[in-house]
Amino acid sequence: MNRMQPSVDSTQAIAESDAIAVERTLTGDRDAYRVLVERHSDNVFRLAYRMTGNRHDAEEVVQEAFLRGYQKLGQFAARSNFGTWVYRIAANYAIDRMRQRQKEEARRATPRTEDRDGTENDPLHRVPDGAPTPERLTQSIELRKQMEQALAALSDAERTAFVMRHWEGCGIEEIAEVLKSSSNATKNTVFRAVQKLRRALQPFVETRAQARAMGTES
Amino acid sequence: MKHMTEEELIAYREGVAEQGALISKHLAACEECRTELERIEAVLAALDTLPVPDAGVDYGRRMWREIAPRLAEKPGRWWHGWTEPRRLAAAGLIVALIVAAFVAGRITRPGKTSDSIANKEQVRERVLVVAVGEHLGHSESMLVELSNAAPNDPAQKEVNIATEQRRAEDLLQENRLYRQTALQEGDTGLASVLDELERVLLDVAHSPEQVTPAQLEAIQKKIAGRGILFKVRVVNKELQQRQEATKPAPAQKDATTRERNKA
Repeated sequence: MNRMQPSVDSTQAIAESDAIAVERTLTGDRDAYRVLVERHSDNVFRLAYRMTGNRHDAEEVVQEAFLRGYQKLGQFAARSNFGTWVYRIAANYAIDRMRQRQKEEARRATPRTEDRDGTENDPLHRVPDGAPTPERLTQSIELRKQMEQALAALSDAERTAFVMRHWEGCGIEEIAEVLKSSSNATKNTVFRAVQKLRRALQPFVETRAQARAMGTES
Repeated sequence: MKHMTEEELIAYREGVAEQGALISKHLAACEECRTELERIEAVLAALDTLPVPDAGVDYGRRMWREIAPRLAEKPGRWWHGWTEPRRLAAAGLIVALIVAAFVAGRITRPGKTSDSIANKEQVRERVLVVAVGEHLGHSESMLVELSNAAPNDPAQKEVNIATEQRRAEDLLQENRLYRQTALQEGDTGLASVLDELERVLLDVAHSPEQVTPAQLEAIQKKIAGRGILFKVRVVNKELQQRQEATKPAPAQKDATTRERNKA
């Protein structure tokens, strides 16, 4: 799991400072909201990018999450954690955005040739640093493509559950709230997501591991 | 020995297993299950290598700049969204047009409810068509300028595109609003072109203020490669036609119709 795990003390300090900023915002100090936006934007962006798979949608999700957060701030319970709360708003909006995107993609007859970040056709983005061997480059590109396809093939709920649990380290209850589902059903969704990813990726991962063991990869 | 199921191993790996201690104990004694868990972990480890682009050093500040103008003075009240200047202006215009259409309808054709609804729809569509047309015109002129930008001197190492970048930032905000409105109105064709335009605007808005000639060429190639200028022109033309089609009929024609109806 990649979510940054700050110390208990710093988490508490941030939560307290967030609570003060929320209170000040509610009394009409609009600049107090700036503290919250600046503090949590990066985390929300990471979640949004992993859920939507591209920067363009991720940025929209971040904006909408903070706008909706501001509009609904009166409903925010003071005992909650603002970071977690805005995270949930972002995850919900990301699900809506993914559904919208699927409809748009289905309507467009021509398949997209861009990768998730719209950079596949840009040769500059295809050459990583460190001049790897051609085999390594080919395998890395192939594996990355397979991983992106496998993630894209998950249902919205599965992708959300996987991103929030595996990458963001969110609790099952928190994910269940976003998915509007029970804890058990959410655990099941996490399982289904990992199982599907495993089925799709294991052959590629093992081929690469074998190649590495045989020395064709640096 | 009864082995762990795939579900149990995945739940254990993801930290959501109910009997974590029991599974740990089993894994310590069972090589087969350990191997199976390692295979699951290898897939997850590969997924962990998928990059997330860096949001940027001052991403939070940039995000604040983008959303600050769209925030109401005080949060939390449902009507505050409508006090935003842009929305207030749009709402005022829509109300004024609807009132005008209603009054005109009462004077000319009393009692025709379906016509009145149709008029309101037309008014709404006209507001969107006019606003989006203007937005597309501004976007087109910015993209044309950027496509034609070039270093003044072949030895020049950097070209300043700060003006275009700032314009792209402003247009990006408008574009999002129009795309969302188009989607709400069910105009998926328009929403799709606005979506493509948004990607280009995002690229430009994220470019550095000073670019090397090679970077400028790459941006220009992206604009040309996506054919966005052509698409914007086509849609703008189509919107103009729509605008013509939704224009109210001339007064003289109305008078003739009234005369004919009277007869």
